[in-house]
Amino acid sequence: MKKVVLVALASLIFQSCVNTSERKLPILGEREPVEKTVDGKLLIDTIYQTVPAFSYFNQDSIPVTNKDFDNKIYVTDFFFTSCNTICPIMHRNMLNVYTKFKGNPKVKFLSHTIDIKYDLPSKLKSYASKLGIEGNQWEFVHGSRDSIFGIAAKSYLVSAFEDSADPQGLVHQGWFILVDTKKQLRGAYDGTKNDQVNQLMKDMELLLKEEFGSEK
Amino acid sequence: MIQSCQNETSINFKRYYVNGKGLYEKNCQNCHGSDGKGLGTLYPPLTDSSYLNLNRNKLACIIRNGQTGTVRVNNIAYDGIMPGNQTLADIDIAQVIVYITNSFGNKQDFYDSEFAKNDLVNCK
Repeated sequence: MKKVVLVALASLIFQSCVNTSERKLPILGEREPVEKTVDGKLLIDTIYQTVPAFSYFNQDSIPVTNKDFDNKIYVTDFFFTSCNTICPIMHRNMLNVYTKFKGNPKVKFLSHTIDIKYDLPSKLKSYASKLGIEGNQWEFVHGSRDSIFGIAAKSYLVSAFEDSADPQGLVHQGWFILVDTKKQLRGAYDGTKNDQVNQLMKDMELLLKEEFGSEK
Repeated sequence: MIQSCQNETSINFKRYYVNGKGLYEKNCQNCHGSDGKGLGTLYPPLTDSSYLNLNRNKLACIIRNGQTGTVRVNNIAYDGIMPGNQTLADIDIAQVIVYITNSFGNKQDFYDSEFAKNDLVNCK
């Protein structure tokens, strides 16, 4: 009896150690169980929501697709260059995250404009340059109305829409979405709140460790 | 007598400054930042005391009507569009000016709603 208690106690301690030192980010979004047979045994597996294929033009008018994000983790958001409400706060914060991971080939950033009419690639280029962004680690992309608003709502779970009642005609949420190498959603952070943006940076290191075995 | 005058100005100054801070947070801070440093070359900083001093009489018009074209701040060019704010009253604008010209390393004289009213008449 004593032995059983000891073993139970030991496993409890072990369990708690595992939980604290190896915190794992949740997988967000829709999921569905699927049955599959492995070695003659029926197993239940879970299929998680993933970001589907996409193709946009970036600030250099070069096509950017989901393939450019293969084997990388990335942070994505929705904005527009003439937005004077939450966007400047979001990108002031995103710039801090970018600066922290600048030059890391395993990390990318993807900002979608929701101002389809005005924010053409040349406009995005000027915006990126003024923000101090060179190269393509941070992609600012322009796409068709349906593809941008569709991927926002369905794939990244961010609300963004055109609204004639709004003074600027566009309404959107300020989430920063963290996506892993399997294109699964691993975190959502309010890009206007410093504490949540700090959490994002910690979670990115955690995800890098999970995916590549190293925080860097 | 002098003492009491100074005190009244000082109280007024503090009143303008505190209200101006609230108005700044609501209307200006998104772009210009809580530290007045702006963002890249998208939004200019408000830390250039000589720019603020040289353009002191234009500040009220810039706040109300916005600004387009290139401006040089801390010797860097900014060519974005600043939206105006027609909802701010003369006194609100004066309060924002007192806050900005006495924060972020700036230290300038008191600017009351009468100054703002006079400056706003001359907006181009």
